[in-house]
Amino acid sequence: MAECPVCAADIQLPDDTVAGELIECPDCGTELEVTSVNPFKLAEAPSEEEDWGE
Amino acid sequence: MKVGFLHSLIRKDEKFLIEEFNRRKNVELVMIDDRKLSFTIGKDSFGLDVVIERSINHSRALHSIELYESAGVKCVNNSRVATVCGDKLLTSIELGKQNVPQPEVRVAFTEESALQAIEEMGYPVVLKPAVGSWGRLLSKINDKDAAESILEHKTILGSYHHSIFYIQKYVEKNGRDIRSFVVGDECIAAIYRTSPHWITNTARGGEATNCPVTNEIAEISVKAAHAVGGGVVAIDLFESDEGILVNEVNYTMEFKNSIATTGVDIPAKIVDYVLLVGSN
Repeated sequence: MAECPVCAADIQLPDDTVAGELIECPDCGTELEVTSVNPFKLAEAPSEEEDWGE
Repeated sequence: MKVGFLHSLIRKDEKFLIEEFNRRKNVELVMIDDRKLSFTIGKDSFGLDVVIERSINHSRALHSIELYESAGVKCVNNSRVATVCGDKLLTSIELGKQNVPQPEVRVAFTEESALQAIEEMGYPVVLKPAVGSWGRLLSKINDKDAAESILEHKTILGSYHHSIFYIQKYVEKNGRDIRSFVVGDECIAAIYRTSPHWITNTARGGEATNCPVTNEIAEISVKAAHAVGGGVVAIDLFESDEGILVNEVNYTMEFKNSIATTGVDIPAKIVDYVLLVGSN
């Protein structure tokens, strides 16, 4: 369980969640990054940079 | 085998790959977050058999690959592929060397010479940043007024690399293009990307449907992949009146929307290839 840093919703994360993973808050829809898995911590995902891509 | 997994954010694509690596026997996966990396030139020893590069930033990906290779670690993709595919101008040069069909491309460095090139090519043309992805900052230029305006804006508002004007003849693609996936010497799958907008990237809302891999698609895709140095790449193709043309080649390919669409286990094919490189 972790708290959304934007809307404070409790978010249940699956056991196979990894650090760095992107998820969407089911309540407010904000894109979040899992910054730590033990314990689970969430932060707003970084915004797109000019050299992001494929 | 010890496999380094170079990443920053873990998207669904990376998650599929991690799950696939974890299913394999005798594979130790070492997660490497590029935001925490620090290299010591000439002194690093990583103890890795191979690194799979999945960074979201092109600049970090390219330089990390160079650093790993300098320390004797093989990378998928390798630095040549990342260098060539990361720059549309270099990609066009390499495709041209191998006679891979592509739209007409001209390059100029000033507003005046770029405008002259565009006028000679005829409208419409597409102006692209040489380094860029996901359809960002692409401009379809339909007439001289737009050309003058966009060239001036890029010159004044953009950083210096926005004044390397990569100009591509616009290809009418009737609402769709093809994205094919090449792993090693094989074109493993392809999708159509359909959109009412002239930019059909799925990152920009293009819809993915399965595209049967014909001999023609397979042949040009593998030829394009080899031209940029091989490895694991995704090729963007236009169906033009003159046949299939290669638009771009991507070296950190996104595939999450294409597994169910094509029925091909793309992450398994990529992992097979990475382990093959690591064992050689």
